[in-house]
Amino acid sequence: MNEIFWAFGRASGIVSLGLFTLVLLLGIVSRSGRPLPGLPRFSVALLHRSTSLMALVFLVLHVSTLMLDPHAKLSLANAIVPFTAGWNPFWVGLGTVAFDLVIALVVTGLLRQRIGQRAFRAIHWCAYAMWPFAFAHALGSGTNAVDLWFQAYAWGCAGLVAVGAGWRLSANFAETSRARLGRI
Amino acid sequence: MSRAQLELHIDFTRCDGRGLCTEILPELLVRDDWGYPVGRGGRDIHVPDGLAGAAQDAVDLCPLQALMLRRVTRS
Amino acid sequence: MTEMTLDPRQLGTGGLFTAAVPDLASHEAAYGRRPSGWTRSPLLRELEASGLAGRGGAGFPAWRKLAAVGAGRPAVIANGAEGEPLSRKDTALLRQAPHLVLDGLVTAGEAVGASELFLYATAESLPGVGQALAERRDGPRVTLVEAPAAFISGEASAVVNALETGTALPRDKAARIARSGYQGRPTLLHNVETLAHLALVARYGAQWFRSAGTADDPGTRLYSLSGDVPAEWVVEAPGGASLRDVLRLGGAEPSSLAAVLVGGFHGAWVPAEAFDLPLTARGLARYGASPGAGVLLALARGRCGLQASAGIVRYLAESSARQCGPCMFGLPAMATVLERIAAGERAPWLASEAERLAGLVTGRGACHHPDGSARFVRSSLGVFKDEVRAHLAGACTAHHGRV
Ligand code: HEM
Ligand code: SF4
Ligand code: SF4
Repeated sequence: MNEIFWAFGRASGIVSLGLFTLVLLLGIVSRSGRPLPGLPRFSVALLHRSTSLMALVFLVLHVSTLMLDPHAKLSLANAIVPFTAGWNPFWVGLGTVAFDLVIALVVTGLLRQRIGQRAFRAIHWCAYAMWPFAFAHALGSGTNAVDLWFQAYAWGCAGLVAVGAGWRLSANFAETSRARLGRI
Repeated sequence: MSRAQLELHIDFTRCDGRGLCTEILPELLVRDDWGYPVGRGGRDIHVPDGLAGAAQDAVDLCPLQALMLRRVTRS
Repeated sequence: MTEMTLDPRQLGTGGLFTAAVPDLASHEAAYGRRPSGWTRSPLLRELEASGLAGRGGAGFPAWRKLAAVGAGRPAVIANGAEGEPLSRKDTALLRQAPHLVLDGLVTAGEAVGASELFLYATAESLPGVGQALAERRDGPRVTLVEAPAAFISGEASAVVNALETGTALPRDKAARIARSGYQGRPTLLHNVETLAHLALVARYGAQWFRSAGTADDPGTRLYSLSGDVPAEWVVEAPGGASLRDVLRLGGAEPSSLAAVLVGGFHGAWVPAEAFDLPLTARGLARYGASPGAGVLLALARGRCGLQASAGIVRYLAESSARQCGPCMFGLPAMATVLERIAAGERAPWLASEAERLAGLVTGRGACHHPDGSARFVRSSLGVFKDEVRAHLAGACTAHHGRV
């Protein structure tokens, strides 16, 4: 029985990492103002939102299975307050930070109209902090970390995020930047 | 003669011309040379009743909260 | 731009500069004391009968503004920001007749039951107004706020923004400031010259006001005259006067001029053949010109109207508050096209490109800066259409030869 919890917890964590990578990339595409092939801009925005909700579902599964797992012995408080877990507190704590940030991102994302654009933007910048926390947590506390395929998977995600962030910082990032510099 | 009508207001101090609204409301909006939405009426665009739903979607999806849908009476 | 002579020249029954010096004694010697006790509806009726229209640019009837102010404890603002660089009449008025402006402000404030009074003007004007305030016996509490010397700093929502936050940038208007302006309160905002006239209407009545000017444009108006004129005067002329009269009054010779820009950089050119028309919105309708805030820029015969216009459009582009995309990008694009025409580039499509851009930016900003700039561009292309044609063919009519 414990084995099942453990395996399920791991699997949902791995899926979460991939989904949050996707969410982050979709957020960046959304910010660029560009459509994707076959996907208009508003669909990118909608996909960004729905993928983040799906990722959140997997993240909640990940956390709650580990709370049920007698070996990890994670309490609700441990899942919310970073670095308080009885087992592997540092690496688990990194995941807790990421979890808190995700909750903040999703809640403020859904209440965007209510809280105003300024507050939304300020909190949404945390997306770029959230991902490295999740990544470090996955490598540091995962029992899969020794597996080559997992290493390849995690570093693959990191590569994608690095490419996305690099593009975000590049001069021609926004769709309209050329026209606005007078180079139509 | 004055009559209440639905208007989509564009706050150009917020809009960054990301073009979501122009995709959702191609009947009312096109993009200008720099990507910003252009519609008849400049910053206040009359929305026929049939497009009210789409206009509300545009308001909800605008990444910069630059759109507002309101009922106004113009003489 | 040269420093302007501020001595105002008067004409006819003019009234704004009757006091010999700016102090309270000569103000009261000239006009008597400010009549107190005006309430809202009598003042409203008197203003309506007087036909006083706003002198800040839009020319909106003063009584309508008063009528639109919502109930509650409104704020009343005297606007003397005069962002337009060629406008000097508000500065002249605040320097010569600060008490008249304050009378108007206090009277309007009394009538609407104001909670707060503000006078918003450039750093140059404020010390004089402060002195005048200290002299007064009615001791009104007027908050003086400094307006930055920027083109759009006098725009209504920029004024409210400046009062609230210290930043004189226009805002997107969700509601009219008459209903929700300064700190969400109903707000009455008048140009300082409008308030000075209001002070006189409150003293002498609507009939007296109408004894100057025409039925269409009653009372007097201040004009700031500049450009190719012997001296840059601020003149007071009766409403409905022709451009020729006003130019003469300011010491300029109308026959030496090719055109006059009426209403400032958001205004329109009026060519020499129309100098005898009344200087009113109706009189100049075919040129789309109206006196606005009274700025008149003279262009001498033999000077290239397109070069002058291109320079102004560039200035307007640089004056954009850069908050709204179409204004931030459209105005510089328009300026570039006009500069290319003025430089004599042989590209016939440039004229229609300027027209297209003017249409594109109109109505697409939080304030009217793009609209006013587009109007000016259209006016330049229309009034100087022969020059445009010549330039696009590589010649310049003003220089009788190649550009
Ligand atoms: C319901 C949840 C969410 C909603 C409604 C939402 C909505 C948005 C919106 C409206 C934008 C702005 C796009 C633009 O400015 O054009 C955005 C950008 C972005 N989002 Fe989200 N988001 C959500 C969750 C998340 C989560 C969980 C992440 C974490 C990975 C994330 C990462 C990003 C990123 C990286 C950007 C780009 C920000 C930038 O570079 O300016 N979002 N999102
Ligand atoms: S969706 Fe919003 S930001 Fe994008 S163009 Fe429309 S109004 Fe502007
Ligand atoms: S329209 Fe232009 S000047 Fe007016 S607020 Fe917008 S950017 Fe500023």
